[in-house]
Amino acid sequence: MIVEAPAIAAGKPGVWLRLLRNPSVLIGALLFGLIALMGIAAPLLSSIDPGAINPSNRNKTPGYETAARDDEGRKITHKAIMGTDSLGRDIYTRVVYGARVSLIVGVTVSVLSIAVGLLIGLFTGYLRWLDGIVMRVMDGLMAIPTILLAIALVSLSGASLMTVIIAVAIPDIPRVVRLVRSIVLSIREEPYVEAAISVGTPTIKVLWRHVLPNTIPPLIVQATFTCGSAILLEAILSFLGVGIPPETPTWGNIMAEGRSLFQVYPHNILFPGAFLTLTVLAINMLGDGLRDTLDPRMSKRL
Amino acid sequence: MTGPVLEIRGLRIALPKDGDRAEAVSDVSFSVAAGEIVCLVGESGSGKSVIAFSAMGLLPKTLPITAGAIELQGENLVGATELRLRELRCTRMGMIFQEPMTALNPVMRCGDQIDEVLREHTRLSAAERRAKIIAMIEQVHLPDPARMVGSFPHQLSGGQRQRIMIAMALILGPSLLIADEPTTALDVTTQAQTLKLIKELQRDRGTGVLFITHDFGVVAEIADRVAVLKYGELVEMGTTAQILSAPQHPYTQMLIASVPSHTPPARAPAAGAGDAIVLRTEALAKTYSTTGLFGGARKVDAARDVSIEIRKGETLGIVGESGSGKSTVARCIARLIDPSSGKILLAGTDIASMPAGRLRALRRKVQIVFQDPYRSLNPRRTVGESIIEGPMNYGLARHEALERSRKLMELVRLDPVALERYPHQFSGGQRQRICIARALAMEPELLIADEAVSALDVSVQAQVLKLLEEIRRSLHLAVLFITHDLRVAAQICDKVAVMSKGRVVEYGPAEQVFGSPQHEYTRALFDAAPGRRFKFAAA
Repeated sequence: MIVEAPAIAAGKPGVWLRLLRNPSVLIGALLFGLIALMGIAAPLLSSIDPGAINPSNRNKTPGYETAARDDEGRKITHKAIMGTDSLGRDIYTRVVYGARVSLIVGVTVSVLSIAVGLLIGLFTGYLRWLDGIVMRVMDGLMAIPTILLAIALVSLSGASLMTVIIAVAIPDIPRVVRLVRSIVLSIREEPYVEAAISVGTPTIKVLWRHVLPNTIPPLIVQATFTCGSAILLEAILSFLGVGIPPETPTWGNIMAEGRSLFQVYPHNILFPGAFLTLTVLAINMLGDGLRDTLDPRMSKRL
Repeated sequence: MTGPVLEIRGLRIALPKDGDRAEAVSDVSFSVAAGEIVCLVGESGSGKSVIAFSAMGLLPKTLPITAGAIELQGENLVGATELRLRELRCTRMGMIFQEPMTALNPVMRCGDQIDEVLREHTRLSAAERRAKIIAMIEQVHLPDPARMVGSFPHQLSGGQRQRIMIAMALILGPSLLIADEPTTALDVTTQAQTLKLIKELQRDRGTGVLFITHDFGVVAEIADRVAVLKYGELVEMGTTAQILSAPQHPYTQMLIASVPSHTPPARAPAAGAGDAIVLRTEALAKTYSTTGLFGGARKVDAARDVSIEIRKGETLGIVGESGSGKSTVARCIARLIDPSSGKILLAGTDIASMPAGRLRALRRKVQIVFQDPYRSLNPRRTVGESIIEGPMNYGLARHEALERSRKLMELVRLDPVALERYPHQFSGGQRQRICIARALAMEPELLIADEAVSALDVSVQAQVLKLLEEIRRSLHLAVLFITHDLRVAAQICDKVAVMSKGRVVEYGPAEQVFGSPQHEYTRALFDAAPGRRFKFAAA
């Protein structure tokens, strides 16, 4: 005698809809998308080589127009809308190409630190004997100031894009591990995890099926914040001269080279700085909005 | 004082738009006279807590009072200003809540919390206030008042915290006391003491008490009049004797019939001597030891020297209060925690210290149904996936596992179509049935029900218990039933083991243990059960 089946519940609007309704998420994602588009479409936005040195045009203020004759003898004018740096390179072009490196660093560091942190955090939180050792190592890593750790790691194997990415990712891993571990510790005690164990599910499958899905929403939020701080950290490293080699334009590099002439020619630092600020702001807004929407709130049952 | 202390007339409280009905409370009218205890009973979602909160003016803005009057000694509280309500709270009406730990501020001393009431409403000096607090603490029968005043809530037991709350509510002598399920979170013996205290204080001071509960035993013990709520409507009201012995409304009749009685029914012996012993434990023990760095290591014996046995087709009940070790024993048997010593013989094989690899093959023989139906199923997986997870672990193909899960859903009286749904679409009772189906999917020999019906309403509880009985009989299953509710144990168990502080103090057939308990703890436990002497109307 079959009795009951529940009606299909109306339910709240899905996650995507709620995300799109949040103004922070919308604005942050839009801004970030625009900047990413700018980086991807860099060759279309500027036809000049970012590394093209032109010492006769050095340190020109924004809006400077150069005239040249092409092979057929026609006059072409080029307007440096953001001015030129101390070697005559067009800052607009360098900023647009620099967006590529910054965003690549940001996204890669984010993905790398989340992936490694998730793996370590899952096992650390679930296996009690692993917990003590690993968390002390993580505490040790976190005790070292981020920038110093990054500098030390870069200087170990010379500066290149890969080294910088790894050097920026490693100081962030302990934070992710702590976050994942705290979630795993609370999920581990839930009755449905015990039920899975009692029906004979092996540990790996329990972690994959029951524990991991609960860590995803906070991790997405953490990923956005990691992205923003990674972009900043890369800029700091380049500013200090231990970041990406100067051939590749990055916002930090541009600012580093313009530092000595800041008081006379501020446009060197202003433009890349403005873009850097906007990007980090966009990412942080996105992260805040995601956290407000995705954070599981404890619902009270009256 | 003439006239009722509390009079509610035509009260209507609306629910927000996406609720399951339009109104939380629909046209409810009743009154509480001075010196009388009125019990408001109903199942979860019936609106009883909402009425209690509305009287105190504690309703959130999402639950507006749309019509009716709430009169406290003639003064209408609906539409009263916040200032006036604040003046009335604790001076004319007091409230005690369900969870004593969360109702008290954990970072303030208990004396200071009671003092807060006096500071707000009176102009007594510090010394006078302290004298009044000590006097009140003595009235609620707490030992060593000076120490109580200086202690923090976490240093007291649940029953003691509840008494502090009662002291806070009654210190200024209000004419109305609203009690929102104050004893639900307490042990049976503590509950008995708290109920006795409330009755005593109420009698001495002539307070009117509005007592919210879902436990009919408590109603039998303490109420003068009873009001029954169903989905926000008052379906029946009368004296205790009328409602409990001769209910008129069909809903009330159904509720009263669902309350299990204290005396075990005459049962045919479920398992003969020839039936195999499915589980036997010998001197099972679990000790938790905390090692302090500077000495101060503590050992807590959660369970000691537990020897029980269950035959095929038999139900063994383990009863005891919280902290008695019954859940520990259940978890040890299911090998969710490792016992410290002793043997667990599952069909002859000792699994107490078996390593995890060899244990996996035997896990399927012992399955467990947990207490909280809202947390026992993974909210992100469909119900069908939760049920087939177990059989697939042991090599069953997916379509065969789904076939088995469909048959099991029919067995637990749920439509197999619902396998595609998620847990949040089911009610508590339905979820518990799904958990039973999940346990049965493994074709176990022993089913452990760890307080499996404690979180359910009384009518739903009756259904689930009936289902368990049917399953046990048809599959000839051995069942280990852990509970703190003596009525449930009396109804469903063949043999009973009573546990106290980690030890089994009494063990024998149900009629014997319930009819003539030998151990003094067992006798004290049965005496403390509320409504023990009352005869409820049968089905």
